[in-house]
Amino acid sequence: MTDDFAAPGVDPRLLEVLVCPVTRGALEYDRDKAELISRSAKLAYPIRDGVPIMLPEEARKLDD
Amino acid sequence: MSSSAPPILFDRALHRRRLDRAAPAFAEAGFLKARVAGDVAERVGGIMRSFERAVDLGARDGSFARALAEVGAADRIGFLIEADLSERMLAGREGARVVLDEERLPFAEQSLDLVVSSLALHWTNDLPGALVQIRRALKPDGVFVGAILGGATLTELRQVLLQAETEIRGGAGPRVSPFADAQDLAGLLQRAGFKLPVSDTDKVTVRYSHPLKLLADLRAMGETNVLAERPQGLNRAVLGRAVELYAERFAHPDGGVRATFEVVTATGWAN
Repeated sequence: MTDDFAAPGVDPRLLEVLVCPVTRGALEYDRDKAELISRSAKLAYPIRDGVPIMLPEEARKLDD
Repeated sequence: MSSSAPPILFDRALHRRRLDRAAPAFAEAGFLKARVAGDVAERVGGIMRSFERAVDLGARDGSFARALAEVGAADRIGFLIEADLSERMLAGREGARVVLDEERLPFAEQSLDLVVSSLALHWTNDLPGALVQIRRALKPDGVFVGAILGGATLTELRQVLLQAETEIRGGAGPRVSPFADAQDLAGLLQRAGFKLPVSDTDKVTVRYSHPLKLLADLRAMGETNVLAERPQGLNRAVLGRAVELYAERFAHPDGGVRATFEVVTATGWAN
């Protein structure tokens, strides 16, 4: 039950339905960084207080 | 198809900031949202099936979830995702939430059983495009119930601002959003690939003690002008004259003034 001490996670049922709004590609959930990563768009969408922020203008750009 | 991209009418970033600003006190002016969300909830309750996964687009302060519980239909939805363009609007909510832009939905194809939206889609630049995205996110036989503001909304305000600005400045710019044409919503759903679309219109007359109270309420709802090519702010003379005209021309029988909101609600099934 170590997860109890981690930052609030995202409901797995929400993760199941989310895709990248730019490319419609799959997302990877990085729990430690609290980000949803879109490899196809090279963007990392932040998760704040367990809420994914699926706005490209709020996302971190990933290096190649 | 890029040559036929719709014109950018609305400044979405500004709309987002307006919603964020309005979030802390939204409930005070959210009577219209509450009323419309209640109507959408009743329609969902009236569809004799349950929905495993649902999204409320433009959930704001969670009016739809509350209304659904009030009509005794909360158990119809297995898992409700509350979505909004404004992070601060969702801040007070518990449960599954996502911040998104209604113009670029982040939902996988055929992943949802129900999408509802009350009074959030009238600021989208490309309503037909948003409806297509909603239809694609729905599973076969998934349902969309959406309510938007129709063309008669704020007709009084539109008229007095036009008249006041014309009198004082000799010309006038758009002050009130060009709302979607009421009768067209079912047609838009059909063009977006929904089957059996039906729509109807509800006119709500609200009484305000003073025209300025109406403007304050619009601000509190995060609903002030976000037209991309909005004119300069209203000057004191124009606003003063508009308030005068409003009181003269649109008195409410019970005192104060009246303001019309036209709500168009439509239901459609994904193929």
